[in-house]
Amino acid sequence: MIGFFRSDLPVARDATAHFLPWLVAVMVFLAALALTGVMGLDGLLDRWSRDASGTLTIQVPAATGANAETETEARLERAVRLLESDPQVAKATAVSRERLAEMLEPWLGSAELMEALPVPRLIDVTVSSGMSPDLDALTGRLRAVAPGAAIDDHRVWLARLIRLAEGLRMLAWAVIGLVAVATAAMVIHATSTTLAVHRPHIEVLHLIGATDSYIARQFARRAFALAVLGGIGGLAMAAPVLWVIGGLVQRLEGGLIPEITIGVGQWLVLLLLPPVAGVLSNVTARRTVRRTLTRLL
Amino acid sequence: MRQASHGKIAVRFESVGLRYGSGPEVLQDISFTLDQGSFHFLTGPSGAGKTSLLSLLYLARRPSRGSIRLFGEEVSSAPRALLPPLRRRLGVVFQEFRLLDHLSVLDNVALPLRVAGVGEADIHRHVPELLSWVGLGEHMHARPPILSGGQKQRVAIARAVISRPELLVADEPTGNVDDRTALRLLHLFSELNKLGTTVVIATHNEGLVRRFQFPRLHLEAGRLDVLPPMALTAGGGASA
Repeated sequence: MIGFFRSDLPVARDATAHFLPWLVAVMVFLAALALTGVMGLDGLLDRWSRDASGTLTIQVPAATGANAETETEARLERAVRLLESDPQVAKATAVSRERLAEMLEPWLGSAELMEALPVPRLIDVTVSSGMSPDLDALTGRLRAVAPGAAIDDHRVWLARLIRLAEGLRMLAWAVIGLVAVATAAMVIHATSTTLAVHRPHIEVLHLIGATDSYIARQFARRAFALAVLGGIGGLAMAAPVLWVIGGLVQRLEGGLIPEITIGVGQWLVLLLLPPVAGVLSNVTARRTVRRTLTRLL
Repeated sequence: MRQASHGKIAVRFESVGLRYGSGPEVLQDISFTLDQGSFHFLTGPSGAGKTSLLSLLYLARRPSRGSIRLFGEEVSSAPRALLPPLRRRLGVVFQEFRLLDHLSVLDNVALPLRVAGVGEADIHRHVPELLSWVGLGEHMHARPPILSGGQKQRVAIARAVISRPELLVADEPTGNVDDRTALRLLHLFSELNKLGTTVVIATHNEGLVRRFQFPRLHLEAGRLDVLPPMALTAGGGASA
């Protein structure tokens, strides 16, 4: 290992050796946040896409009059039975009043108020897999047993959310791309500076028979080591931030955003960032040195 | 002094000219041949172009015109990729030493071996041996900045000869050492020459040129003449 980092050039003492790890740390920090965003949005989009195509919500308006509550329950039951008899429906479950009260509590406050209001009842419907029900026909049949029933197929508003999430995912990929380009640009600048500073040493190595690859290897190994070191630092900075963001997302209520957790697989992907930064720096440094050396005899 | 000659040509210059930028030619129509295993002094006044000629020999620059063949290979227009293997067959003692100050004496001398891919075990066997021979055994781990001029020169010479080069090019290799050490170093070059190394040494030290009876490449105002060894004078001296 010591042999791997042994260098005939004093590259280890350069100013670049001090600032490159810090810059790479910042880049890996940003890349870790963006990559976690990409992976989180992937999961989110998966679930939303599944929900959009696989589930419906039926609204059954509350009946009015003397036996309003009994009539509403009867309409709800008829609607559930109708749905269960439909081959395109895998499952139809009426949302209980208690659950409804729970969902409305943030807006209506106590359950007593809900008792006094003509709150519509809901039925969660899971569509049979591969089926795409004719919603207009289904609405007509439902209205025959439960007047005023309406279908919320989620698709319209979920499609907007999906578009937004896809846009954010593209943005995150763009950030990752920019981070990679910025890292390469920094390595090119650092390597060019080091090459200029050590030109007399490089000439000596050349004149005693060193090939371009031999000289480039020394810069490339150093760039790899510094970038991996910086990458580990950047990841160490990103870990607590990601943990805090994960905690904040979990505290969101309302079920709009499904639970986003950073799993073992995602952590493993993030752990690849320092070596990826190392390889990127290594390749960039090697190419920069070789291109510069072609100007020497 | 014995002059080895194996019949093969190590270096051939034909009508070589060299100019820097758009300036005048510092070397004009240089033509000469060095047999493999020969020993030549390169003499001439300061500014005659000795260092320029040597830089062409050790492939630091290309001539402005003419042809240079090294070990049978045309190098004046050879692609860059062909030069490193040829350079590994050379040993060079630069006028201003050009040691790497951040490396120890041992690592400086080991450089040509490392560049050639020689293993560390061999390096740690051969380099200390040579350093002891040139009187630097105790300074093996020192850095060049703390060495005297003469010691630096010996490190530079050790670096040039460690890989047993086929052609040794030295620019004033005895310029910073006392007469005794200069003599000792010339004997080292002479021993290498006996083993088959072609040697070209630029020097102003007339005493050494007289003592070691080798032919001279004499440069004057950018033109080169091949002269016989300096004649010995009565009483051990010599005259040109």
